[in-house]
Amino acid sequence: MKKQRSAEFKVKRAFGPVVEGEALVSTEGFSPRYDLDRWSGLISRPGHALEGHNIKDKILITPSAKGGIAAGWAFYDIKHKGIAPKAFVFGVTNPVMVQGAVFAGITITEGWLRSPYEFIKTGDIVRVDTRRKTVSVVRKA
Amino acid sequence: MKLTAEERRMLKGEFGPAAKEALALQIEIGKFFGAKRFVPVSNVHMMGDIEVMGDAGHAFLERMAGLNARCIRNTTTNARCVDFDYVDKLGQTRSEAEKERQLIGCLRRMDVVTADTCINYQTLYQPHKGEHVAWGDTGTVIYANSVFGARSNFESGPVALAAALTGRVPEYGFHLDQHRKGSFQVNLKADLRDVADWGAVGKIVGSAHQDYFAVPVFNGVKQRPGADQLKHLGAALASYGSMGMFHMVGVTPEAPTLKAAFAGNKPKEIVSIANRDIARVYADYSAHDNPLNLVVFSGPQQSLFEMKTLAALLEGRTVKAGSQLFITTSNGVKSAARKLGYLDTIEAAGGVVLEGVCFYILQNIAEIRARNGWSNLVTNSAKLANIISAHKFNTILRRTQACIEIACTGEDQI
Repeated sequence: MKKQRSAEFKVKRAFGPVVEGEALVSTEGFSPRYDLDRWSGLISRPGHALEGHNIKDKILITPSAKGGIAAGWAFYDIKHKGIAPKAFVFGVTNPVMVQGAVFAGITITEGWLRSPYEFIKTGDIVRVDTRRKTVSVVRKA
Repeated sequence: MKLTAEERRMLKGEFGPAAKEALALQIEIGKFFGAKRFVPVSNVHMMGDIEVMGDAGHAFLERMAGLNARCIRNTTTNARCVDFDYVDKLGQTRSEAEKERQLIGCLRRMDVVTADTCINYQTLYQPHKGEHVAWGDTGTVIYANSVFGARSNFESGPVALAAALTGRVPEYGFHLDQHRKGSFQVNLKADLRDVADWGAVGKIVGSAHQDYFAVPVFNGVKQRPGADQLKHLGAALASYGSMGMFHMVGVTPEAPTLKAAFAGNKPKEIVSIANRDIARVYADYSAHDNPLNLVVFSGPQQSLFEMKTLAALLEGRTVKAGSQLFITTSNGVKSAARKLGYLDTIEAAGGVVLEGVCFYILQNIAEIRARNGWSNLVTNSAKLANIISAHKFNTILRRTQACIEIACTGEDQI
């Protein structure tokens, strides 16, 4: 139990339903406009840390938000195309990501009170609890 | 959030179902950021085009229009994805262009002024210091906060519309004094002349500080920048760094002195930008032995003075056979450029001037690129050089004159 409890971190702010899903962990920031193919859900930007990965149904853990206002529509768009992630877990984000996620009804959190890189790897099943403001590992890949 | 009596009535639906829904959305966002209350806004600028919002966003707007949604503040639209005169020439999808036309009709029913420009701050509305606005397009927001001293967060499409319907925004971020203080210092030692040089500064500073709440304070500026230079600096900072505000000592209204710009904050970092740093930005781009056959002036749209400059550089010259030169601007600027003869000069040289659009959101741009066999895109906009790579363009930032040389000769002189 003790071990399990340590595999979680607190976030500063959170919105949306409690969700569980497969983690997709990025060392690079994210923009649905600059980095994403909004028809397939693939990270398409050449050289992006997640190039070739698909964000569909994932818990996207990313340190920062990049760019643009257009994300406000983009999240709603990808949600309706069925290729949205289950949650965004941002280190730092900007209002557009929050506005876009709230508008689309996608779970979003901001602020890592501990670095997730030490204990969450891509493929791990994680739980984003917006009520407790925690992100925890449910099962290692 | 603490709501006024009017806001409580709005939330009950007394101002109609659209305003009720809009306010409820804004409250959720305000709660996320810990906003205590709403502040009234005087002007709204929103991104609303079919390429960005897709069918789902379009359906949302049609539903809002069906609920008799009406803007209660002057609300303008950002650049869109279709210039209707060029749909067939560019090989865009007619059915998507038709959707764009329907979308414009829908926005007008809600009393949105479909001006279709991302340079509203140069051409349509200049808020004063301390004025709260709700602007979409990152470049407009950073300009409003920094150059005018007005107050806005990034307000994305659906949320900007919400502000237009409710006349207010949650008070967080750049509406509050505490977030407008400088957070780090950038000493400008470089000679910055061309708009691309200022964009390069934005790239350097933005890439290293990807944080909406980071506020750089530029100090020691050698050449006082004009509106177009500040436009490219801001657009690049917002694009590379997701930033919403900067100060420039002696230039921007909240930075009469270095001390005033930091307003009690201690700089977290002090960096310098010298000529060699700017040179390195240009040197880092490579054509990878592919032809330099596409030159684009866009992102942001060109001001009338930029059009004048381009016309002067293109006077008596011709775009190289097999190459393309695209320029995007607003309807108003294009009309003025036509009247002044700039448009004739540009078109006689073989340039194509698109109105009401931005190159990077052009409908179908990835297919247009593939069909034309374009690999490299040369531009004087650091912002465009950043964002259009999502469509698999290899981008190359060059100064304005160098861009024109490349358009006319295919040769990069750097």
